[in-house]
Amino acid sequence: MNNSALIHITDLVKTFPMGKREFTALKDINLSFSAGEFSGIVGPSGSGKTTLLNIIGTLDVPTKGDARVIGRSVSDLNSKDAADLRNKHLGFIFQTYNLLQVYTVFENVELPLLLLKIPSEKRREMVLQSLEWVGLTDKIKSRPAQLSGGECQRVSIARAMVKSPQIVLADEPTANLDAKNSHTILQTMENLNRELNTTFIFATHDEKVIQYLRRKISLEDGQVVRDETIKG
Amino acid sequence: MIKFLLNGLLRDRQRSFFPILIVAIGVWITVFFHAYIQGVFGDLIDSTARFSTGHVKVMSRAYSENADQKPNDLALMDVKKITADLRQQYPDMTWVKRIQFGGLLDIPDEKGETRSQGPVFGMGVDLLSSDSREIEILNIEKSVVNGRMPQTPGEILISDQLAQKLGVSLGESATLLTSTMYGSMTMHNFTVVGTVRFGMTVMDRGAIIADISDVQYALDMDDACGEILGFFENRIYDDEKAAVIVNRFNTDYLEVEDEFAPVMGKLIELSNLSDYLKMGENFSGILIIIFVLIMSIVLWNVGLLGGLRRYGEVGLRLAIGEHKGHVYRSMIYESVLVGVAGSIIGTALGLGSAYWLQVYGFDISGLMKNINMMFPAVLRAEITQETYYVGFVPGLMSTVLGTALSGIGIYKRQTAQLFKELET
Repeated sequence: MNNSALIHITDLVKTFPMGKREFTALKDINLSFSAGEFSGIVGPSGSGKTTLLNIIGTLDVPTKGDARVIGRSVSDLNSKDAADLRNKHLGFIFQTYNLLQVYTVFENVELPLLLLKIPSEKRREMVLQSLEWVGLTDKIKSRPAQLSGGECQRVSIARAMVKSPQIVLADEPTANLDAKNSHTILQTMENLNRELNTTFIFATHDEKVIQYLRRKISLEDGQVVRDETIKG
Repeated sequence: MIKFLLNGLLRDRQRSFFPILIVAIGVWITVFFHAYIQGVFGDLIDSTARFSTGHVKVMSRAYSENADQKPNDLALMDVKKITADLRQQYPDMTWVKRIQFGGLLDIPDEKGETRSQGPVFGMGVDLLSSDSREIEILNIEKSVVNGRMPQTPGEILISDQLAQKLGVSLGESATLLTSTMYGSMTMHNFTVVGTVRFGMTVMDRGAIIADISDVQYALDMDDACGEILGFFENRIYDDEKAAVIVNRFNTDYLEVEDEFAPVMGKLIELSNLSDYLKMGENFSGILIIIFVLIMSIVLWNVGLLGGLRRYGEVGLRLAIGEHKGHVYRSMIYESVLVGVAGSIIGTALGLGSAYWLQVYGFDISGLMKNINMMFPAVLRAEITQETYYVGFVPGLMSTVLGTALSGIGIYKRQTAQLFKELET
């Protein structure tokens, strides 16, 4: 066991009931992720990428085995503890951005900080810093409907990064973006990874994302078939 | 966080404007109907008290058993003494003597032959005493539409409708044909000095109002009358207070074995209104319960639709680490705000429309031509203290209950599905 790992997965199995039978989504997964990784879980649809991301994100629990995230076993967390862990240490980036339409860019990014009960002045400072990372300080008063897809995803990244989480989980973050916007987004995330030493874990089958990864974990039928370091 | 949620609430019309509109309309209807029911039942009690039963009424035992027929042959005797005793025992109350009778009113021509004739319902009340309260109780002076109040014995008022039907003019003679207390036929001449309209179909169809002394003389009822009515000083019926007075009075005469001995009854027993009054009291409660149920179902659906629309938002909030309980509570707080805002607006609208109905009323005399109840021809609402807050109960309960029901989905939601859900 790698003691410095942020995430440590041991003999993980995840099954789902399918009528009278069981469907095994993940089997015998053994993985570790360290601080500052820029990794991707890649594979075709149905290979188990999102299920693995769910477990790492404390949104689901393993059927067998163990997944420890920032020193806490996911299986041992109750709903409230899991929410606290997500709130303090994890950031999420979604394929469809999931920005709240009635709020401004500033307010969307501010939301995670409100849950952390950070004082107003400090909050403002952190939101502006986060928007500066993604180059959107000129759009703080805009609503999501007034932004392009690429800008929306940058807001989503700013929202995930604003509380400086140790881990950011991104599920197909470029699926709704064109090539140019995808590269902009990925470069932004890569820069943040290098500057802030934040661990990024992607679930993707998009080649544009894969070419940015420094570690590629290939899943097939719920099993890790390759775990390779692509570049230094 | 509160400011954040409040901003979202104010900006999202489907979370604020439409639910507030629905609640406001529901509360408006509740407040208006509450005031309307209060008004209708209040008018009914008031009219019955003023024209028929008083708040309490003394009759002879025999008279009370056939009170519907106004049997003056069974009237109370020695009423000066009874009235004096009542005034002494209950000085805070107003006690008035009345004789109700039926008969024919004959209008003669210049030769003394019958020109027109019709059945009448008569009331002998104290019109001429300087300390009489009857003019005020029956609101007679304001009900005079033509002519003037009787000022000397032998002068009467008749209903305006009857005057037109009989073709009688002011100052003309009218002969009352009826029977005396002892059963013999009697005729008595009066002078019509005014016509009245009470706004009550029974009275307006064919009533004559004469001074009680004239009626006592005509009906041979010296020191006798059919009924002695008692009114509370504030003119508001109090059933508990009335019951105490009735019990005390009747206990005094319990040992007397005389069918002409006085007996007292209270308004709701004498008028058979008790069931109506209980119904009136319950009706508001039933209305509120029905409203809460209907509005809860409506708001539950609004909440469900809103919940579906906000599925992404709630999912995101759960995903980034907000506790389910916090999300649920924030939705309940929102619903309280919506409920309060809707209730204030609805109450204001309800009070406004109830005030209009209280002041101007709704004339239903056209629908009551053949009605024999002491029922006002103009329906009015009555705004009471309760009217100001009655709408808040259903307004708040329905929004909170609706949101609580629709929000249960938050607890049932599997966080494991959030990524998948948020990808679609």
